[in-house]
Amino acid sequence: MGNVTKTAAEIQLAPARQEMTGPRGPKPGRTLSRRNIMIYGTLIVVSLYYLLPLYVMVVTSLKGMPEIRLGNIFSPPVEITFQPWVKAWAEACTGLNCDGLSRGFFNSVRILIPSVVLSIAIASVNGYALANWRFKGSETFFTILIVGAFIPYQVMIYPIVIMLREVGLYGSLTGLVIVHTIFGMPILTLLFRNYFASVPQELFKAARVDGAGFWGIYFQIMVPMSLPIFVVAMILQVTGIWNDFLFGVIYTKPDLYPMTVQLNNIVNSTQGVKEYNVNMAATILTGLVPLTIYFISGKLFVRGIAAGAVKG
Amino acid sequence: MKALRVVFAATTALCATTAALATDLEVTHWWTSGGEAAAVAEFAKAFDATGNKWVDGAIAGSGGTARPIMISRITGGDPMGATQFNHGRQAEELVEAGLMRDLTDIAEEGNWKEIVFPPSLLDSCTLDGKIYCVPVNIHSPQWLWLNNAAFEDNGLAVPTNWDEFVAAAPKLQEAGIVPLAIGQQPWQTTLAFQTLLTALAGPETYTKVFGDKDADLAAGPELAKVFEAAAIARELSKDSNVQAWNDATNLVITGKAGGQIMGDWAQGEFQVANQVAGTDYTCLPGLGVNEVIQTGGDAFYFPKVDDEATTKAQGELAKVMMSPETQVAFNLKKGSLPVRGDVDLSAANDCMRKGLDILAKGNIIPGTDQLMSADSNQQVNDLFVEFFNNPEMSAEDAQKQFASIISSAD
Amino acid sequence: MAAATGPVRWHRNLSAKIAAIPMITTALVVFIGGTAWTVLYSFTSSKLLPREKFVGLAQYERLWSSSKWLISIENLAIYGVFSLVFSLLIGFMLAALLDQKIRFEDTFRTILLYPFALSFIVTGLAWQWILNPDFGIQHVVRSLGWESFSFDPLYDPDIVIYGILIAGLWQGTGLIMCLMLAGLRGIDEDIWKAAKIDGIPMWKTYIFIVIPMMRGIFITAIVLIASGIIKVYDLVVAQTGGGPGIASEVPAKYVYDAMFLSQNLGQGFAASTMMLLTVIIIVVPWAYLEFGGKRRG
Repeated sequence: MGNVTKTAAEIQLAPARQEMTGPRGPKPGRTLSRRNIMIYGTLIVVSLYYLLPLYVMVVTSLKGMPEIRLGNIFSPPVEITFQPWVKAWAEACTGLNCDGLSRGFFNSVRILIPSVVLSIAIASVNGYALANWRFKGSETFFTILIVGAFIPYQVMIYPIVIMLREVGLYGSLTGLVIVHTIFGMPILTLLFRNYFASVPQELFKAARVDGAGFWGIYFQIMVPMSLPIFVVAMILQVTGIWNDFLFGVIYTKPDLYPMTVQLNNIVNSTQGVKEYNVNMAATILTGLVPLTIYFISGKLFVRGIAAGAVKG
Repeated sequence: MKALRVVFAATTALCATTAALATDLEVTHWWTSGGEAAAVAEFAKAFDATGNKWVDGAIAGSGGTARPIMISRITGGDPMGATQFNHGRQAEELVEAGLMRDLTDIAEEGNWKEIVFPPSLLDSCTLDGKIYCVPVNIHSPQWLWLNNAAFEDNGLAVPTNWDEFVAAAPKLQEAGIVPLAIGQQPWQTTLAFQTLLTALAGPETYTKVFGDKDADLAAGPELAKVFEAAAIARELSKDSNVQAWNDATNLVITGKAGGQIMGDWAQGEFQVANQVAGTDYTCLPGLGVNEVIQTGGDAFYFPKVDDEATTKAQGELAKVMMSPETQVAFNLKKGSLPVRGDVDLSAANDCMRKGLDILAKGNIIPGTDQLMSADSNQQVNDLFVEFFNNPEMSAEDAQKQFASIISSAD
Repeated sequence: MAAATGPVRWHRNLSAKIAAIPMITTALVVFIGGTAWTVLYSFTSSKLLPREKFVGLAQYERLWSSSKWLISIENLAIYGVFSLVFSLLIGFMLAALLDQKIRFEDTFRTILLYPFALSFIVTGLAWQWILNPDFGIQHVVRSLGWESFSFDPLYDPDIVIYGILIAGLWQGTGLIMCLMLAGLRGIDEDIWKAAKIDGIPMWKTYIFIVIPMMRGIFITAIVLIASGIIKVYDLVVAQTGGGPGIASEVPAKYVYDAMFLSQNLGQGFAASTMMLLTVIIIVVPWAYLEFGGKRRG
């Protein structure tokens, strides 16, 4: 926030402006000009590249195995079958348990919800403290945190096993939630810190004059203003935690194994005939939860980032 | 979680007749393919029949994926009831650290020392005179699998040994067939090399190199011969663009490749494709030169637990796994050989029978897992996957590197 | 906010400190503690379990004489540079295109973003398929009549890392595009008007005016991309398993393989210590300048 003084009108305007409504590009193009052809042409070509793998996955998941063996992976199915989907969801075997992905679905939900809530709650408070309530050393801790974002997960496996064992949380859901919170913390804290830093200082100062404290300002001013960035954080975390396999399987036990364990077992079986159609169906099914959240909150996502991550 | 447990326990109580005695025992393993799961089911069935309950903890992806999970669970102080390892030295340190249960009493009671054949299997489970694991099967890697039609359709006799195979290769290539299929995974290339070594230089050389870590021998002329053969194998396999071993087997089944050097587990693939041993495909143990079997395989370990009921159930499972009925049922499904010589395997097919004969003759060598640490094995793997994929790496260079790995191996 | 007022300062900082306890604990205990533990044990001959048998620099000597490790580093460097440059470039260009008041913006944005919902394992598998010469793109083009067409990046040791890059970019650029788009939307419309009145060409406006204004966005994006690059592992495992040969090995995979396949923890820790050292050398000075050095307010 370089410019120190702002008019009251600007302060009033600021939050509203952050909830952008429409594109702010340089100039509108109404006609079918060469420029428009170029823009749409590029976007369509790029979109095709992005859609190609999804197309291959969907098409493959609807084919029978004989057709796949013959096959051209890009050709549409001659005979559409939903059997691979049924199998992936309800019949594929993980060792002795032949109930497909459905087995781990609720475990994934049970892991997802507390992990997302806790990691976001903690990271948002961190970001808020870092942006508005700096204390001596706070930036040092933040720097350590950012460096922590670069540590390969594998390296931390054993130290964390030991730590969880020492505090008696090894093998429990709580332990796993804490692990997710820890590994989500660096990036989320960075996001929230940048967001809260862009909130006009005047609002904050006014609240201080009114006698509001750390938590008062957080809950009454910061949180209500920050829905978009919370959505961003949620999307990042839902994707990461939902797709996690390693932590879920290392820090818990079979009755808590997430859906990705079944996905791994379906996709990664090193022996036997690979059922590509079931693999693809399982893959798409597993991706459905984050995908759904994207579709629902796509607009909020962009608006949230727009509001949050603009200023550093 | 607790609530779910209660519900679960209640259900079990209602269903099981011997509810009062039933103990849940969680067993982790990496057997997840169709045939493997069917084999595990035999264990589970036999174990459940004792009034206990097998709780399945399958993790696909063998070593790399499953092992950190197993080790974390054991060192994290919340171990499973029993867990699979390739037997040999993988679990050595866990045993040394006192984390694994001593099974000696059960082994003595069941007289395992007498019945386990070959005895080296039990030796691999033994540390300081105490037995820590149950060997459950023998898998031998030294086989050459051939598609008969690929040779016959091109006016060639089906080879009976490696030299004939190499001699037939040019004609296969002319016909657009890849002579030798090798998948890209590192262990497959090492397997091919080891097999060539055992076949061409003999089992004694094999034992001296991997067992005694004889670096001079590894650098000597005898091994030079093997490395040249490996270079030929590399040349013959250069067009097989597959990753997984079963994709390579599939090339052989469909006639896109002439042959594959692979373990006896490849049989499962031929069976699934309704191929008949002898008519559709041929198997040559020891490449048809030196008919030996490497006695690698799988074993189950039992982590130490405080709970008395679980300890008791562990003992039951160990006994069940070694019982003749379970051994037969399990190994027929798995396509591997049983660990005891006193069981009847009349249902075995041609290739399995060949294996049983060799075993009965005592032509056996220990697996590299039993001879070297995982670390040294991995170094060997790294070398061969590079060698087999990099045509610019000469046989001499590879041999030099190999000898240096062997000299520092443990 | 540094200019705090006297009487309330102590009290205020106390609340902030209490609130920051989870962060401080994580930073000190998990990140610093875990790192120190890792570094300490990298000087041991630990195999399956961590043991205090110190062997000096032996693990490091072996590490740097391993051709697998050297290839890993080279691959990471190539992947890292291209991934960073292309993610930012493509992300920004796509965002700029979407920002042209186009129709169906939501549709395009969703299409570009959806791969981010899929895990790397899945991304790797899908692309492994598409790039497989026997039934993927090469097969299709050849069956259309172009017999000599050759496109098999995953089976050519010289270019395999680019095959992985294709998949990595596919998965990650959507998110960067969204960040960039958000940044563009935050630019005041008056700036465009002013630039237009002054007759500055559009590309110049982007490079000299707009991008410098999006500093915060670029920092967030760079941290996101770079931390992802260092950790690239699943994608390689799913797509090539490090092959052909060892041509597509990456450091994170080296660490994982050493720890869990070779059961040589000491070697894995030595490799990860080297990775960390590199990160610290690059990140700490930058982070200090970015977050520590300047004070706002």
